Amino acid sequence: MVDLWKTTIGKKTFVAVSGSILVAYLVLHMAGNLWSLAGPGSGEPQIDVYAEWLRTFGGPLIPEDGILWAVRLILLTALIVHVVGVVQLKQRNRAARPQAFPARRIGRSWESRLMMVSGTAILAFLIFHILQFTTLTIDVTPLTKGAIYANLYNAFQEWYFVLIYLVAVVLVGAHLRHALWSLFQTLGLDNPERNRQIRTGASVLTVILVAGFASVPILFYSGALGAPDGEGAQVAMTKEAGRS
Amino acid sequence: MNFTLEIWRQFDREAGGEFETHKVTGIDPESSFLEMLDLLNAKLGRERKRQVAFESDCREGICGTCSLVIDGYPQGPKQVTACQIYMRDFVDGATIKVEPFRNNSFPVVRDLVVDRSALDRVIQAGGYISTTTGPQPDPNSMPISPAVQKEAFDAAICIGCGACVAACPNGSAMLFTGAKVKHLNLLPQGQPERETRAVNMVEQMDAEGFGGCTNYGECARVCPQEISLDVIGMLNREYRRGQLAEKPADRAPMTTQ
Ligand code: HEM
Ligand code: FES
Repeated sequence: MVDLWKTTIGKKTFVAVSGSILVAYLVLHMAGNLWSLAGPGSGEPQIDVYAEWLRTFGGPLIPEDGILWAVRLILLTALIVHVVGVVQLKQRNRAARPQAFPARRIGRSWESRLMMVSGTAILAFLIFHILQFTTLTIDVTPLTKGAIYANLYNAFQEWYFVLIYLVAVVLVGAHLRHALWSLFQTLGLDNPERNRQIRTGASVLTVILVAGFASVPILFYSGALGAPDGEGAQVAMTKEAGRS
Repeated sequence: MNFTLEIWRQFDREAGGEFETHKVTGIDPESSFLEMLDLLNAKLGRERKRQVAFESDCREGICGTCSLVIDGYPQGPKQVTACQIYMRDFVDGATIKVEPFRNNSFPVVRDLVVDRSALDRVIQAGGYISTTTGPQPDPNSMPISPAVQKEAFDAAICIGCGACVAACPNGSAMLFTGAKVKHLNLLPQGQPERETRAVNMVEQMDAEGFGGCTNYGECARVCPQEISLDVIGMLNREYRRGQLAEKPADRAPMTTQ
């Protein structure tokens, strides 16, 4: 492992593996989000039920929130490995050529050039996103613990939140369009006969992820997903009233 | 045809360099780029000025010695070797920028000549096979299927010119190293060193200061031999295979220049 981290190819392997873990999570996260499309329901919205299920998953054998914290730990580790690996590789690559490098670029895709930019923006967004919907610190629109549907509904009535989320999702898409293909190359899972399919597959999965993630804020903002009723909404409304 | 050349001039490794402007006139459209440079040098000789140093050998696109960056394209805009570029490919009266290959592992020796011995050391680290000398082996004693033969040959045609490194935004030599590893690791003659070849070559590559691959694909697009990016997938695969294999005695990378 230590040997592997020392060479360029080895380090890139860590980047690819940690990236894949993050991608796997994105797929699950996107699919989970789609529960909110089930609407406010009567009483408890589906997304709230789903969130509760996640929290108590494996119980009573596993303590409440147990799985959630395990997943968070894995993701945080993956993210740290990914970012540290990427930054160290970038430094090496910079050192390998003179600064005013004149050669023309005749074919790299814009996504591949923007990996560092899209990655950094994703990192910034992640922090914002966690502060908003997980810790409920960015409490601009009323946020209530456990009332996922109501929180989403209220946040995505504001155009600027919708915009932030859409931009972030597009950046994730840009990152992944290069990453999902690059991954196969890095891990040596490519195969000359299959490379075209791998490229296409990368684009398809990217589109699915972007569409899935983007659908939530868009549907809330457009009014296709109605206002919550029941407890969450009430708490939210009381809070709103208290504020004004 | 007449051209204005902006040529990189640098006296030696230590000296800084700069672009110098030269005019060449009455050039035959059918003359090659290197012949045009020969004419420029003849003129400089007559004027008792220092001639432009550049490398060439076969001048027929098979040896990989010539190495110019023409108008920003390593090996010129045609995706062939620089010696296979003809003046008819340029617009009459054009200004053409001529530079050496650039990356920190290829120091400029003089003008357009760079020291590519870093690639030789990568070869020495694993780009060989051990073979017994003695009588010639029987023909067909070592069967190789046409599919394997073709794949190995597609990689073996790398002429080691280094355009891939010059084109790479990371100054990476992975297309070169990948081609060598693919060529030898696919063939039966390359099997004895298979487990150590990729690891040793990659470690030498890193020791030389080449960057890593980010799968941009710029290298494969300038390669005069059309080596495919697939060789890098194979290099990654073979490197990890070597890492997992029983560890042979550690071999320290050679010192660089
Ligand atoms: C949701 C979070 C993220 C996911 C799912 C993700 C996924 C990936 C994947 C799968 C790769 C491909 C690895 C390869 O080329 O073999 C990759 C590459 C890369 N990632 Fe991320 N990444 C994420 C966050 C970040 C962050 C926060 C940064 C940086 C600040 C970043 C910067 C990069 C860069 C620069 C590369 C290219 C590395 C290279 O080609 O050497 N990524 N990412
Ligand atoms: S001089 Fe031999 S390839 Fe150009």
